[in-house]
Amino acid sequence: MPTTRNTQDATSEEIMPVEPKKTPMREQPPAERTKNFDEVPCGYSEEEAVKEAKRCLQCKKPLCVEGCPVEIDIPAFIKHIAEGDFRSAIRKMKEKNLLPAICGRVCPQEDQCEIKCVLSKKHDPVAIGRLERFIADWEARQEEKSAAEKAAPTGKKVAVIGAGPGGLTAAGDLIKMGHKVTLFEALHKPGGVLVYGIPEFRLPKSVVEREVDFLVASGVKLELDYIVGKTSTIDQLLEEYDAVFISTGAGLPWFLNIPGENLNGVYSANEYLTRSNLMKAYLFPQYDTPIIRGKNVAVVGGGNVAMDCARTALRLGAEEAHIVYRRSKKELPARIEEVHHAEEEGVVFDLLTLPVGYIGDDNGWVKELECIKMELGEPDSSGRRRPVPIEGSNFRMKTDTVVCAIGQSPNPLIPQATPDINTGKSGNIEVDPATGKTSKKGCFAGGDIVRGGATVILAMGDARKAARSIDEYLRTGKW
Amino acid sequence: MNTITETRWLGQDIREIWFENSRIAGSFKPGQFLVIRHGETGERIPLTIVEVSDGRIRIIIQQVGYTTSRLCRLKKGESLGNVIGPLGHHSDIVKYGSCVCVAGGIGAAPLKPIAAELRKQGNRLTVIEGVRSSKYLILDKELEKIADRFILMSDDGSVGEKGLVTLPLKKMMEEGNRPDYVYAVGPPVMMKAVSVLTRQYGVPLTVSLNPIMVDATGMCGSCRVEVAGETKFACVDGPEFDGNKVNYDLLMNRLKVYADDEKHAGCDIGGDNAG
Repeated sequence: MPTTRNTQDATSEEIMPVEPKKTPMREQPPAERTKNFDEVPCGYSEEEAVKEAKRCLQCKKPLCVEGCPVEIDIPAFIKHIAEGDFRSAIRKMKEKNLLPAICGRVCPQEDQCEIKCVLSKKHDPVAIGRLERFIADWEARQEEKSAAEKAAPTGKKVAVIGAGPGGLTAAGDLIKMGHKVTLFEALHKPGGVLVYGIPEFRLPKSVVEREVDFLVASGVKLELDYIVGKTSTIDQLLEEYDAVFISTGAGLPWFLNIPGENLNGVYSANEYLTRSNLMKAYLFPQYDTPIIRGKNVAVVGGGNVAMDCARTALRLGAEEAHIVYRRSKKELPARIEEVHHAEEEGVVFDLLTLPVGYIGDDNGWVKELECIKMELGEPDSSGRRRPVPIEGSNFRMKTDTVVCAIGQSPNPLIPQATPDINTGKSGNIEVDPATGKTSKKGCFAGGDIVRGGATVILAMGDARKAARSIDEYLRTGKW
Repeated sequence: MNTITETRWLGQDIREIWFENSRIAGSFKPGQFLVIRHGETGERIPLTIVEVSDGRIRIIIQQVGYTTSRLCRLKKGESLGNVIGPLGHHSDIVKYGSCVCVAGGIGAAPLKPIAAELRKQGNRLTVIEGVRSSKYLILDKELEKIADRFILMSDDGSVGEKGLVTLPLKKMMEEGNRPDYVYAVGPPVMMKAVSVLTRQYGVPLTVSLNPIMVDATGMCGSCRVEVAGETKFACVDGPEFDGNKVNYDLLMNRLKVYADDEKHAGCDIGGDNAG
């Protein structure tokens, strides 16, 4: 039942009811969507968006903004939506975030802006992510697009390495600040993890293309098929560019290091998703890249990437897709929404289960995964209860395809080729967290190359911070 | 960029292509490779760089599957599509003394720049080239020119001596002409046979491996190979490895992962000669 507003900001005159639940978003039904790669949630209509926007209390000291790594003026853009002024809403959004269609879909809002929403104390928080997605998609349907407002040209040139979420954000911010920006990408398409990793059904590639096109229209120069560290070095770039931002991501997959890992049929999540998403193997043979269409697919790991793999497996025709995770459901690192979607689609969760070996057939293909059951013991350094093997509980599960989605290390190409950039134990580039400065003059870094495997929005937050310090460095010359 | 400037057939189903790409040509060192993706629906395949000259790159492609067949049909003036490189570590070549280079089939292409560099560093060089038959013979004239001694072998005796490449190598070892270093590039089964000899006679061996790759920047792990019992990624850790320690059976097995799909696409994957 609707309750009344009762917050720091509500005056006695404007007490009015607030709908306790988020306006629901329509979705493709589970039975249908596992047969296609189309996006699962359908987005808000204009009426739904306005209705949801009106739930916002317009706090004078909005806590949601504090929760946003890129500091979007959330109440302001929502107010415009509530008033039906979508043009002003997208302008307000793009003051801070040039990639709203992406963030609206893949940010973990429940841990960031929405968790801070005052409404969430008693009710559902405002569906900030859905409204962000709505306003971006609304603009995509309009003929007139907003262009980035640019400061006067500074004459300075910046090389941004890696066209993933961090690189795209840095490029967008730097071009707005009046610098010339070239964005270097190793793959044949821009977008990084947004195009090779996150599946079409969660983030349509046309959405990424749209946001990249906007950057290019705003003046960012894009160099594809260019591997910094190989095609040229950072030092060579510094002859031409005044500063460099490195956001090359976490591109070195981990395996379990258990016997049989190199049997045919064992994939890293990166390979499985790259084949399906970037190379469009789900459309083989119309596209030339093949992928193993397993009937019994086991995905090892419990994060968003693991959910993406299991749901991809179903869409590729798997009869069974299992998540094999060593802790319990409570500890799954994936977003609740992703776990929920996977469950709806019929993904089987083998929890408290740890793989210990792969068993191959006579032709060198994986046929079984040997696992051991776990129980939860004392809390470990992460605060989560440590999973402990139950002796003698080994069992084998039948499988023809295994996908390891247990994380990754920073990509080694640039650190290898640039010895004067300091790196940490796991090969990550070390930076001053406040500025993104590396040990090498003129070089900044952010995102997963610094953090290891984290999230899209944290990479974007790093990029925003680094863009500010790059701007300051270029204007003052002070390192 | 990536416009084809020259093409010709070197042997049956073996095509030579020269194309323009000054930025890769400028950074290339012997032993490195590149990745090509032709067209919007194309897959990414690794290919070795044979030679660079004036901002142009020479590659040699054997038709073994759908993608290589498409590449072999391209004509002068057309674009190869996306080309990424140079990838992998370059060869670490010094003066060893007397060296033997063993090339099998299309493996002559990646071996040529390595042989040239070995010679440049002042090594005494024997090149053994092996082919199935005369119609697959490539680069023999060029390798003969580079080498101090050139030995040609064929499976059917249609050119050179009849027999496998290991025959003359074994003879050298047995006659006491044990080389100081051996390089081998060719089908895995050939490299494996060479390694049996080099291990037996205690000769260091380097091989260049060409497993299935996707991104070729370390991201996907498709190119996993086993060297001295450890998993390595051929794209960022290789492509050259200690040939006496490579698990060739695993390599051969992993090259067959998509054999059924190639059949589906109406092609035969000639895994035995995929160099």
